[in-house]
Amino acid sequence: MRILVLTKPVPDSAVGAERMGPDNRLDRTTAPAVVNGNDEYALEAALQLVEAHGGEVVLLTMAPSNGTETMRKALAMGANRGILVSDDALAGADIPTTIRVLAAAAKDVEFDLLLAGLDTSDGAGGAVAAGVAALLGLPLLSPAALIQPDPAAGTVSVNRLSSKGYDRIEAPMPAVVSCTQALGTPRYPSLKGIMAARSREILTRSLADIGVDAPAGEWSSRVLDVAPPVTRAAGRTITSQGADAAREIADFLVDRRII
Amino acid sequence: MSTPTIPFGTARLTEEQVLLRDAVAVLADERVAPRAAEIDTTATWPDDLRRLLAEHDIFAIPFAERHGGLGADLLTLCLAVEQLSRHCATTGLMLAVQALGAMPIQAAGTPEQQDRWLPDLAAGRKLVAFALTEADAGSDPSGIRTRAERDGDEYVITGSKRFISHASVADFVVVFAVTNPDAPKPSRRLSAIVVETDRPGFRVERLEHKMGLRGSPTAELSFTGVRVPVTNRLGEEGEGFSLAMRTFERSRPGIAAQAVGIAQGALEVAARYAGERRQFGGPIGDLQMVQALLADMDAGVEAARQLLYQACAEIEAGTGEAARWAAIAKLVAGDTAMRVTTDAVQVLGGYGYTADYPVERMMRDAKITQLYEGTQQIQRLIVARSLLARSR
Repeated sequence: MRILVLTKPVPDSAVGAERMGPDNRLDRTTAPAVVNGNDEYALEAALQLVEAHGGEVVLLTMAPSNGTETMRKALAMGANRGILVSDDALAGADIPTTIRVLAAAAKDVEFDLLLAGLDTSDGAGGAVAAGVAALLGLPLLSPAALIQPDPAAGTVSVNRLSSKGYDRIEAPMPAVVSCTQALGTPRYPSLKGIMAARSREILTRSLADIGVDAPAGEWSSRVLDVAPPVTRAAGRTITSQGADAAREIADFLVDRRII
Repeated sequence: MSTPTIPFGTARLTEEQVLLRDAVAVLADERVAPRAAEIDTTATWPDDLRRLLAEHDIFAIPFAERHGGLGADLLTLCLAVEQLSRHCATTGLMLAVQALGAMPIQAAGTPEQQDRWLPDLAAGRKLVAFALTEADAGSDPSGIRTRAERDGDEYVITGSKRFISHASVADFVVVFAVTNPDAPKPSRRLSAIVVETDRPGFRVERLEHKMGLRGSPTAELSFTGVRVPVTNRLGEEGEGFSLAMRTFERSRPGIAAQAVGIAQGALEVAARYAGERRQFGGPIGDLQMVQALLADMDAGVEAARQLLYQACAEIEAGTGEAARWAAIAKLVAGDTAMRVTTDAVQVLGGYGYTADYPVERMMRDAKITQLYEGTQQIQRLIVARSLLARSR
């Protein structure tokens, strides 16, 4: 089976150097780029599925031309090849444009599953997987805690996270699945994987290549203001032992109507 | 996967070297660092980290591609040892000893011998040790007494070895034993022989209780009539001493890399602490006396590192001065590690003297880099001889 994984380069939040540019857009030069966290869970799931069922994992990224650097990190984890859609006309693209571009690029690839992170750590729109599924007319299974394709039957079953546990849902393939950390820890790339990734193909495509007109006029959304989140108050540490500790924790949760 | 937090320089390194170094750095930060204190306290061999290095092809670095390795050069090996040693000298040595033990096989082994032993070492499935030192033959290997006597198609090995890193966990040991006791020159008495550790008569007598490097087992070995096929000998009879010396030209940079890594690790802890610890109404990093300590530490580590990288390039280029470059790199790096870790304890004050912080461990670990694979005095001897030979 062929699994397409959407991988977005985002600033490495561990470095803590994210800055906004004067246009209220993220200045992507201040922090090193890494593969978006939820996309890494998607990639790990895709790699495991291909290890079990055979096939290939193809990365699909929309980014500036240096997006290849982050894609190499994903290739080092074991993806087989990558497609980078890069075009100057896409600088500052909004969510609907991103969806349109990724859907058009995905259409050119015959795939069984398209895996995407539930959202990204920079924009956090969380709409891309659903949007791509809608434009391609494919079922969306979201968010997945377990992905079990049955290539012979042409179906995929997913444990969909819910507030009470999970729902078991099934859809015909091809399908779009959005992914979270519930899928399991992504692997570290091996050194041989890093070496091999250097010679794997990354196909760069422009908007013209994928048959999408350059966006004209204003984006459909505009960032008006940006502010850092309010710092959370320090947590409460319970140092009692045994039953006393349990009672204090229970009281704390009852006070807040959590239980 | 995150990016390494320390902006290591990239000048003169290839793109490949930077990629491999950064991958090892992340693995060291996230997987090795959390284990380092426990490894030291319990003085136990961290087989989980042996598996980690195997799984991520880190053992494969110094092996040829035909043996399942990465075919990387000496500098790449040193970059990996440095990064592992930033957090845990025991783990850094794991890679350095695997490379050390493999070198005589790579240098003098026949293609058949290499195919037999090297793929398992590259994969990290098996471990190797290097056994030259004896109780009465340390800096002066002409005092080696372990004998390997020919009996038909076999050698019969009798004697003992001391201070052999990893010998108690190794699957085989490269043993340097006397095969030609009557050779006219003492340097022609020895041969290198691969001894599988499951052969009858091979015994680990005891493990040393060491000041540092406590997770790395250092064994005393006895050989009581150990029979080994002649086909286990590396190179010709009598070539053992020169093979050992050629090995040190490529292995001493690994110890220098361990020293640079230990020093860098201590520097990072000290700099972080100086930013957090408050005295006299501000962080102690605002005090110029602390700043001077930190600046000298940083300058020293960088100087040792750049010297090591240059030494690797010179040795790899096949300079006739390989022994000198290896000796200079280890001499400077070992002394730097001792000084920088001692100063790191100073920056942390009383806290640095406790096991609550890693710098006292790093200080104990640094000391070994001034002692093994030739003491600093032996390194100076090599450098002086090379200098005086050129000045005649």
